[in-house]
Order: sequence, then structure tokens, then C-alpha cells
Amino acid sequence: MTLAAETHGFLSPTGVEIVFLLTGLVTLGAAVITVTTRQLVHAALWLVVALGGLAVEYLLLTAEFVAWVQVLIYVGSVVVLLLFGLMLTRAPIGRSPDADSGNRWVALGVAGAAAVLLVTLVVDAFRTTWIDLDEPKGTTDLLGASVFRHWVLPFEALSVLLLAALVGAIVLSRKDGGSAEEVAGNPAGPVDAADDGGEG
Amino acid sequence: MHLAYPAVLAALLFCVGLYGVLARRNAILVLMSVELMLNAVNLNLVAFDVAFRDVLRSGQSFALFIIALAAAEIGIGLAIVLMVYRNRGTSAVDRLRDLADTDAGGTGGAADAPDPQDAADAAADAAGESAAASKKAEATA
Repeated sequence: MTLAAETHGFLSPTGVEIVFLLTGLVTLGAAVITVTTRQLVHAALWLVVALGGLAVEYLLLTAEFVAWVQVLIYVGSVVVLLLFGLMLTRAPIGRSPDADSGNRWVALGVAGAAAVLLVTLVVDAFRTTWIDLDEPKGTTDLLGASVFRHWVLPFEALSVLLLAALVGAIVLSRKDGGSAEEVAGNPAGPVDAADDGGEG
Repeated sequence: MHLAYPAVLAALLFCVGLYGVLARRNAILVLMSVELMLNAVNLNLVAFDVAFRDVLRSGQSFALFIIALAAAEIGIGLAIVLMVYRNRGTSAVDRLRDLADTDAGGTGGAADAPDPQDAADAAADAAGESAAASKKAEATA
């Protein structure tokens, strides 16, 4: 009698599964458009759709905190950084015909082979594993207690890494150290100043 | 929910990102594809954490750490891409071939003759380099 409830067949999906599947299709479609579109700015905007869809998937998996962190950091800052990068490298606004390199078909073959292999393996391995979504498992309460109780040391190491990344990005993106002012102020000898100031 | 749904979605997203990394020319689009791959890994981590009811919440904590790492990575990556663009005038990854063995056929000459594709690439590189050099000279003068 309870056999039908225990086996959880794929042919009678629950509501959460249907929503997960539809959101997954949207996410996957947005990801495919992101890597195939020829308009560079549109790629960044479709990336927003893909990352937002993933945030919805996290919500469906009852991982609320990760979902909101995903929205804040990925959609909020990473995509904005990417858009700034596109603008600062003067990416063409319209369709650029050379968005893909010459090894496109090789890439397609590699990605297709990897997809077939991974999907076959994953479906075969986790065909019968069932996620119990009855009680939430990723609230801010639970995750905060876990991060600040068991994972404090990686958390602090991560803050050091973020500081290092901040300093590194500033050093890398400075315009030739202090030589820019020197060039502007002293036009007589610009070559030496431009050459030796790179590392700061 | 079956674990197969998020696992398959994560695998497919990873492969889409893999295609993007291999096929795109613009370095910023390559960075976007790397973000897609990292997100696929995050989805796997969260799904397995929820499925196996980890008491330490290690999967979700690690997903948070990966999100922070990705933010750091994108910052450094964009700084590097901007620097390359400033020095070379391009952000296409297949134009940055200064370390490629373009003159290997001239010394050995036994196995592989220098094919015309490489020669054309070298010529294009030289043209791009001289253009960049002239641009730099223009900027400094």
C-alpha cells in the first residue's frame, strides 16, 4: 500500500519537482544563450537570468541563505563588474561576428561528450536518492550557527583572501603607478617613466 | 524531490560553461563561462548537502565560500583583462600568442612543416604588435 509513496517514481512528479524542472529549463536556456549569443552585452544580461534561476533553485531546495547570497553577490555585483569590464574594453554594442574562436566545433564536441558522460553517470548513480524537503535545511539561523561554529577558520582565511584580492586588483588596475602624473607633468622624458612604473 | 534533477541540471550547466570557456574569444565572456561552471558546482554542493542532511552544513557553507571566491576571482580576472587590453589593445584570448612556439618548424624541420595557418597567425600577431606599439608610442608622445 505504501509502496507507491516509497519508490518515488519519475513518472509522477511532485509540484516542487515540476517547478524545479521548469526553472531548470529556463536556467539552462539562459546559460546556452549566454555562451552562444554574438552580442556581448546580451550575454551578460542572459547571465543574470541564469544566475537568478539558480537562486530560485536554491530556494526550492530550501537553502534560503545561499539563495539570497547568490542574488546579492552574483546578480548584484559580479554581473555589474562584468558589464563594467565589457564597457572598459570597448566591447562592440551590436552583433560581433568574431565572438567565437575557431575551435568552436572542438569545444562543442568536448562539451557534448562531457555532458553525455556526466549525465549518464549521475542519473545512474543517484536514480533512487530522494531529497526530503519537509523541514528547511538552509535557513540563516542554521547556516549562521554552522558557519560561525564549525567553519570559522575557513571564514577568516577567506576574509584575508578577499583583502589580498582587493589589494591585487587595485595594484593591477593602477595606470602605470605614479608615472602617469609624471608623463603629464614632464613631457620631455615619457619613455623611461612609462617603462619602469608598471609594477608599482 | 529526486536528487537526479539538480544533479543533472548541474552537470548540464557545467558542460555549457565548459563549451563557453573553450569556444569564446573575448576574455570577459570566458570569465562569464567560468562563473557558470562555478555555479553548477554550487548547485551540486547545495543539493547534496540538503539530500544527505549534513549536520555541519558543509555543502552550503562551502557554497558560500565558493561564491566569495568567485567574487574575488572575477575582480582579479577583470583587472588582468583590463591590463591586457590597455597594453595590447585587444581582449581576444586567441590573439595573445606571444608564448606560442611559432618558429619551431624552422629549427627542426623533421616532423612538421610550418603550416600556413601558423604563419598567417604570426603575421597577424606581428601586425597587431606593431599596431599596439604604434598606439603606445602615440599615447606616450
